[in-house]
Amino acid sequence: MTEATAVMDAPAGELGLAPELADAVVDTWAEDTEKAYVVAPDRILEVLTHLRDGQGYDFLSNLTCVDYEGYGGKLRAGIDARLEVVYNLYSTRRGGGSIALHVRVPEDDTVPSATSVYPGANLQEREVYDLFGVKFDGHPNLRRILLWDGFHGHPMRKDWHEAYYEEDAKPFRSRHPKGEYEFHEDKVPWAKNTTYPAGWDPDSWQEAVAYVPVSQAPQHENEPHLDTESIVVNLGPHHPSTHGVFRMLTRVEGETILALEPEMGYLHRNHEKIGERNTWLMNMPFTDRLDYLNSMSNNWAYALAVEKLADIEVPERAEYLRVIMAEFSRIVNHAWSIGFILNDLGALQTPALYAIEEREMILDLFEAVSGARMMCNYMRFGGVVRDLPEGWHEQAAYLANERLPRALDELDRLLTENEILMARGRGVGYLSVEDLISLSVSGPMIRAGGLAYDIRKAEPYGIYDRFDFDIPTLPNSDIYDRYYIRLLEARESVRILQQALRDIPEGEILGGRGGYTLRAPEGQVYGRLEAPKGELGFYLASDGKTQPWRYHVRSPSYINLNALGPMSVGYKVADAIVILGAIDIVLGEVDR
Amino acid sequence: MFGTGLLKGLGVTLKHALETFEDDRESVPDRYKGSLDLGNNRKVIQQPIDQEGLLTIQYPEEKRLLPERFRYIPMLIWDSEKQEDRCTACGICAKVCPPQCIWIVRDSDENGKPVTRCSEFYIDAAVCMSCSFCVEFCPFDAIKMNHDYELAVYDRYPQLVYDMEELTVPLEYYAALWPTQYEEEQARRKEEEEQKRKQEEEKAARAAARQAAAAQKAEAGAGAPKRSAAELQALAKERAAQRQAQAQGQTADGGGDDDAAAAKRARMEDLKRRAQERARQRKLESGNGSS
Ligand code: SF4
Ligand code: SF4
Repeated sequence: MTEATAVMDAPAGELGLAPELADAVVDTWAEDTEKAYVVAPDRILEVLTHLRDGQGYDFLSNLTCVDYEGYGGKLRAGIDARLEVVYNLYSTRRGGGSIALHVRVPEDDTVPSATSVYPGANLQEREVYDLFGVKFDGHPNLRRILLWDGFHGHPMRKDWHEAYYEEDAKPFRSRHPKGEYEFHEDKVPWAKNTTYPAGWDPDSWQEAVAYVPVSQAPQHENEPHLDTESIVVNLGPHHPSTHGVFRMLTRVEGETILALEPEMGYLHRNHEKIGERNTWLMNMPFTDRLDYLNSMSNNWAYALAVEKLADIEVPERAEYLRVIMAEFSRIVNHAWSIGFILNDLGALQTPALYAIEEREMILDLFEAVSGARMMCNYMRFGGVVRDLPEGWHEQAAYLANERLPRALDELDRLLTENEILMARGRGVGYLSVEDLISLSVSGPMIRAGGLAYDIRKAEPYGIYDRFDFDIPTLPNSDIYDRYYIRLLEARESVRILQQALRDIPEGEILGGRGGYTLRAPEGQVYGRLEAPKGELGFYLASDGKTQPWRYHVRSPSYINLNALGPMSVGYKVADAIVILGAIDIVLGEVDR
Repeated sequence: MFGTGLLKGLGVTLKHALETFEDDRESVPDRYKGSLDLGNNRKVIQQPIDQEGLLTIQYPEEKRLLPERFRYIPMLIWDSEKQEDRCTACGICAKVCPPQCIWIVRDSDENGKPVTRCSEFYIDAAVCMSCSFCVEFCPFDAIKMNHDYELAVYDRYPQLVYDMEELTVPLEYYAALWPTQYEEEQARRKEEEEQKRKQEEEKAARAAARQAAAAQKAEAGAGAPKRSAAELQALAKERAAQRQAQAQGQTADGGGDDDAAAAKRARMEDLKRRAQERARQRKLESGNGSS
């Protein structure tokens, strides 16, 4: 880890504000769970700037909002403001825990946009605007992001109901003991359900081309001898190399990209709204469907957050099992992503198919232990659901000790020194690591830029502090390094696996009280871990009932897309495809 | 030298090609080792963890051997020993089901009083997310995960909404799919039953003692006792013995009484046949529906 750059005057988690800012903090909240500082809306930028510059909180990890309309808990007694914008800040230089800031907003008020302090607030603020209707003053491009422009209402507000709306909370009463089955499609009240925002006419509406960075892109001036014109080109949403249903809106001149904007939401299913109807445990299998390549880490991240909130112990053996599954999952992810970076480069299929051979074996192991290859649903609050079956340990040990190292070496030989890969990858998609951090990018991307920031070391969770492993870094922050860092990380995962499989003790796998009737205590929590794609976090707020009051997923794929535009400008269209590939996104997690 | 990296990489692909070629020339290529031959080119393949060469499986002729814990869509267990559905319509599975795709109608007797049995049980397989929570939380081992994954039909409704008949399978079917878990479960159930029986016996004995005491009191007070304390105790013992004999008789039934066994087998066959019939019907219907 690099030298600390700021002089710290407060321990992590404590707000050591300069005297002139002391009155900016108007309240504290939820001390029993994770303490939050409530900041006056008009002072929030000052506070953020101070924390960033004076205290080293350079990473805006999570920005979301909570709607407290109809909240029944005790903690909000006497507080009128309906909405509460939440900021979680971390220090990538120093590591350690987060500072949580809240800003309370009445329904129609605006909040100053944090994008001037943390450019990474861009996508997250747009999401909050889209789903909650909070307006951010000074945001460069505040328009809907997951939903389409003609969408009526803000679905994460508690008074917004979906088309199939039955009740506010599961279990629904109609299922038992009378169980009158109704065909879901019959229930969609199309006629009643389709309403439009005021002043919006579906017939005359045309998609605006007012995409700020794209429409206002600078004219290309490098080639004055050519009489050219820049045009807007849509890559996607159905283009295979966009890795799913995803659109890159570009302004190009010739082959050169002048501006690029990610457009998403085609796979949006309002995961978080579903999550607030679900009981705590019901959300577990839903997390499988976020980053569907890594259901094991998704499970763990969610379990981690809930365990933190409800203070649940995890038995020793379960901790080991979690590490084993998560690291296998990281290898699966990295093999996959290496294969597809190469695919995007034009090395069709051969590297991809070689890379996923071992993935097959690992998925077989997942299936043997959890019952499914990808939708594992394996972890529970307080442990894991099943112990290893007969023979599993030997097979896993064979993989970790023999097969995987061999396969990674082979992948290395196949690709790393390949001249074409170097020519295409070196120096392409460069963005300095400082820029990446200010854009809230996390995971392999920043490690390929030279910063050894990995939550497994910076704020160890589970039992990661017991293992001997390194955080590989590479200096160049280009596509080539983003490819190679994943190979190096997979090697470290193998090392962790070898130790975990050697040391795993016998014993309990599931602690007592995380069942389906769990009631988490009132309060809030932000739990995160180092998922293969970056920081995966769950922000949870509870009013003490059997359902989460707020269930928010801070997904690395989504937030890493902040950097897609800045990284692509100036490169060719063909490079933009690989730049996207090297971010390694999964649309299930981007769109949620 | 420029180009060495490329050559090195090509070396790797060449090695792969040769290995696969060599493997394929063997009488039993690596991927078929330990697999089950069903004839007609149909195989059930169990890929060994150290398999080299070609990994591809030629589905649908070749299929993977599924691990015991594989979960797809739930099934309801017909207890062929006791000749009854295990489900008691308690509704826990419908409550824990995350997408709420279980619909249960609890049966009632002729007076309208609810009984522990369901009259209808639907699972919308198009909505089910195969999470297996229903199985985890069912207190009666009445619902388990089926391994049958070839469920494609042309129409979602009503073909994919499974009713009780389509969901029900005999216990033996479950035992064949989930042998390890079945064994553990049977052992646990035996033990539980034993305990319950003991508890009931104790309860009966206590009740008898209470009665005896009451009788004694009554004797001391007024009128003649109907039965003496000793008599009552003997009666309780006799009843317990009877119960035990009955229980033993029942378990012995399975092997001993030919008629009963035959009837059970017939019932099971019937169930299986009907499930198959329904499945065929469903496929037929869905085929007609779309063409
Ligand atoms: S299947 Fe199990 S949990 Fe569901 S109603 Fe029947 S007995 Fe209850
Ligand atoms: S497997 Fe899960 S989704 Fe399917 S019926 Fe059971 S509880 Fe519901």
